[in-house]
Amino acid sequence: MTILSVFDMGLVVLILGIGASTIAVRQAFAAVIGFVVYGLLLSIAWVRLSAVDVALTEAAIGGGMTGMLMLGAVARLRFVKGNDTRASLPVRFAAGVLCALVAAGLATAVISPPEAIPTLAPMVMENLAQSGLGNPVAGVLFVYRALDTLLEKVVLILALLGVWSLAPDSVWGGIPGLRLYAQSNSTLTFLAQLLPPVGIVVAIYMCWVGAKEPGGAFQGGTILAAMWLLVMIAGLKSVPSISQPWLRLLLVVGPVIFLAIGLAGMVLANAFLAYPPGYAKPLIIAVEVALTLSIGVALGLLATGPPERVQQQ
Amino acid sequence: MNAATLFGLSGAALVGFGLYGLVTHPEPLRKILAFNLLGSGVFLVFGVVSRRAAASGLGGDPVPQAMVITAIVVAFAATAMAIALVLRLLQETGRSTLSADNSGGTDTVRGNS
Repeated sequence: MTILSVFDMGLVVLILGIGASTIAVRQAFAAVIGFVVYGLLLSIAWVRLSAVDVALTEAAIGGGMTGMLMLGAVARLRFVKGNDTRASLPVRFAAGVLCALVAAGLATAVISPPEAIPTLAPMVMENLAQSGLGNPVAGVLFVYRALDTLLEKVVLILALLGVWSLAPDSVWGGIPGLRLYAQSNSTLTFLAQLLPPVGIVVAIYMCWVGAKEPGGAFQGGTILAAMWLLVMIAGLKSVPSISQPWLRLLLVVGPVIFLAIGLAGMVLANAFLAYPPGYAKPLIIAVEVALTLSIGVALGLLATGPPERVQQQ
Repeated sequence: MNAATLFGLSGAALVGFGLYGLVTHPEPLRKILAFNLLGSGVFLVFGVVSRRAAASGLGGDPVPQAMVITAIVVAFAATAMAIALVLRLLQETGRSTLSADNSGGTDTVRGNS
């Protein structure tokens, strides 16, 4: 038994234990903290599965952003006494048996792999050189399945519109109700001054290196969003109202440029979202830069929630 | 048993945990959390499919990996939307519950339902 397999065993035990604890604990707060730790452990598992791009996304989104949203919600629901009682014992038992059956079915599928394992990896690598990209995952995201990537950004904006539309009419176009902890001379203020320059450089690096190595627009955008949120929560910059034109422009600039290049491809390369030969890499980089900005703003606004205050004139 | 199978089995177990939490927890926030657990289990199983399909000198098939990245983003968008709905429900009714009958309601009910 090698060191790595012992490491994997330990990792799986931790993931399952913490995953189960997010379901089993009584306190919602403890469950959310468990979920954040679980997200970070899961990203190590993704590294062990040789999927570093996924690991970065899981750590940033699965652990970080989702955890932050949930913590915000737990803080607001803290004093609400739910009158729900947990399901009765027979119901829980039946649910447990059925869920165990589902898990066992999946496990059977995992331990009995097909004879010939289907793979698209050779096809990806065959044509990757034409795009000038070195990271096969970026190649899939921006060349072969570009439509998926475009629609994923549209989903982010649609979700944001959905969140905004939950605001009462009276505060439409107002300021999101992010909870601030503005205390001067606190550690948070210090970190909010220290980290953003570093974070912004890391985000630009992530975006730039995404063409060749693991990384990319999404991971870079998440770091940008985290830095923005940090500065806002520490009270160093005010939360903008959602009716600001610059905000809305930044929000759509990525998808619009992506769509424009996609439509230009119909004329220049005979297919929607196709790139003219020789120009693939510069165009993809341009799309990635614009998307990084849009994703950063969209994630930041999703985390701040619907508007709750009217903008003071 | 190799690493991929091990992670695949834990993915299957996570789907079971998540599903159980989704069915038995009454609070909406805990349901959302359990749903995220379920989703990450599904992604992990899919990641194992990707790892097994390694070819051409890659650590895994990049197509499922790219799909999982998209899936994580879409799951986050759905979670953000769901949490906003729960908070709006709280704002409107002063409660955060999915049960339809208000007979056992506590003193916090103040919305027009």
